[in-house]
Amino acid sequence: MGALSCRAAKLAAPISLVTIISFAAPAFAGTPEISAADTAWMIVATALVLMMTIPGLALFYSGMVRKKNVLATMAQSLAAVAIISILWVAFGYSLVFVGGGPWIGTLDRWFLAGMTMDSVNPLAKTIPESLFMLYQMTFAIITVALVAGSVADRMRFSAFLLFSIGWFLFVYVPLAHWVWGGGFLGTAGVLDFAGGLVVHLSAGIGGLVAAKVTGRRYGYGTENLSPFDLSLAVMGTGLLWVGWFGFNGGSALGANSRAVMAIAATHLAACAGALTWGAVEWSIQRKPSVLGMISGAVAGLGTITPASGYVAPWHGVLIGVVAGLVCFWACTWLKRRFKYDDSLDVFGVHGIGGMTGILLAGVFATASIGGTSGLVEGNPQLLLIQLYGIAVTLGWSGGGTYVLLKLVSAFVPIRVSQQQELEGLDISQHGEALQ
Amino acid sequence: MKLVVAIIKPFKLDEVRQALTAIGVHGMTVTEVKGYGRQKGHTEIYRGAEYVVNFLPKLRIEIAVASDLADKAVEVITSSARTGQIGDGKIFVTPIDHALRIRTGETDSDAL
Repeated sequence: MGALSCRAAKLAAPISLVTIISFAAPAFAGTPEISAADTAWMIVATALVLMMTIPGLALFYSGMVRKKNVLATMAQSLAAVAIISILWVAFGYSLVFVGGGPWIGTLDRWFLAGMTMDSVNPLAKTIPESLFMLYQMTFAIITVALVAGSVADRMRFSAFLLFSIGWFLFVYVPLAHWVWGGGFLGTAGVLDFAGGLVVHLSAGIGGLVAAKVTGRRYGYGTENLSPFDLSLAVMGTGLLWVGWFGFNGGSALGANSRAVMAIAATHLAACAGALTWGAVEWSIQRKPSVLGMISGAVAGLGTITPASGYVAPWHGVLIGVVAGLVCFWACTWLKRRFKYDDSLDVFGVHGIGGMTGILLAGVFATASIGGTSGLVEGNPQLLLIQLYGIAVTLGWSGGGTYVLLKLVSAFVPIRVSQQQELEGLDISQHGEALQ
Repeated sequence: MKLVVAIIKPFKLDEVRQALTAIGVHGMTVTEVKGYGRQKGHTEIYRGAEYVVNFLPKLRIEIAVASDLADKAVEVITSSARTGQIGDGKIFVTPIDHALRIRTGETDSDAL
């Protein structure tokens, strides 16, 4: 039996290598062949990633705010879905993924002009172009929705809408093109499988800048700002976790082994992150909190995101442990040290997690999984390339966020009035309230 | 007639109710309240942010009884609500001037 399975493994090895190569290289030009399997999986993955924003992120975030701001926090996720989807179809998709050089794509597909039943994007030749467009749309949506967590409890809804439109256009679109659409970061060899730079670090640093510009909540550090209902946040985490299978697994853009490897690493990282954060709290604060465990899970998920698809499943465990440690440190010590009020720890979890994941992708990248070797396999060069990606993302998203907020505040105050903040955003921004 | 007001630990409500029913007290008003006494509050930690919660959840029960039943009521509330830990609560007894059952118009001890 042992000999038999050993032979089977030997036979399987070259086959899987051929499969990986054919997926990695856009070899066969000419008439594209749509794969039913790839299409089916990517439709599911698209739905999973949309589910991450509504209701996943909406629940995760709103469970952590105070009762008077629950609806307003959900409204931000909901509005991000509605606005970004339309902007994506209008020109976002075209500017990110259709042609163009190192800086930005083209407007050839604006309002999906020229997209037909048969058309495919060269980056995903086995699925309909419309599906590729929809899948990538869900990434843009959640990135914008993530940013708002850092200014929860105090950002004016109209300012959020203006800021989101600007941030999508001037921060997300170029960055996504640079990394994924054939831009200069992708060409330089930066590894970012599912969005460590494009999604998590860009949202994280954007969130940090937004928190600094907007200022601390009234009562921060003196009054009780404890969460309204962490059970909502637990449910949100569950939906995010499952949705992440589509986020990272779908980033293989097909129903193949690499997608499953990415999902395995993703799941293990979430588990290890939750256990690590809980254990650290248990030793420091004498109790493992539920908020700590879900924070660890999301930290693990965010951190594995860029590395999944490039690393082996068990690397996911290591990456999850590191994520739990550094993100805990960022949400407690770092935040206290620099006295910024990142309400829902967008920077501490997503920013630090995304950055850590980009670096660890450079450490653990495994040639037999994603075709690239990292530090462990004797390629220290990759770490420098990853650092380059981090530097560009920090500068672009951090700077862009700052400029945009200053621009928006010329039209409408970023922050609600003190009275509105104390009353709660639900009633002051939306005229509704939880009873 | 006496009004007996007791502040008790929430999980003790059912034992207190049973004990009062057993001695013939057939009505009660219960309110969820928050407060503090010697127990003070407790500390909650959310991602490293520590909040001292001063007001703890308690139940306030009110029963109106005939004067001769008041001592007995206080006694059974005490025995059924006691855990021996700090924060078991307090009981206050005050006189009632007048009582009336709205449906029938009965007054004083007939209305209890």
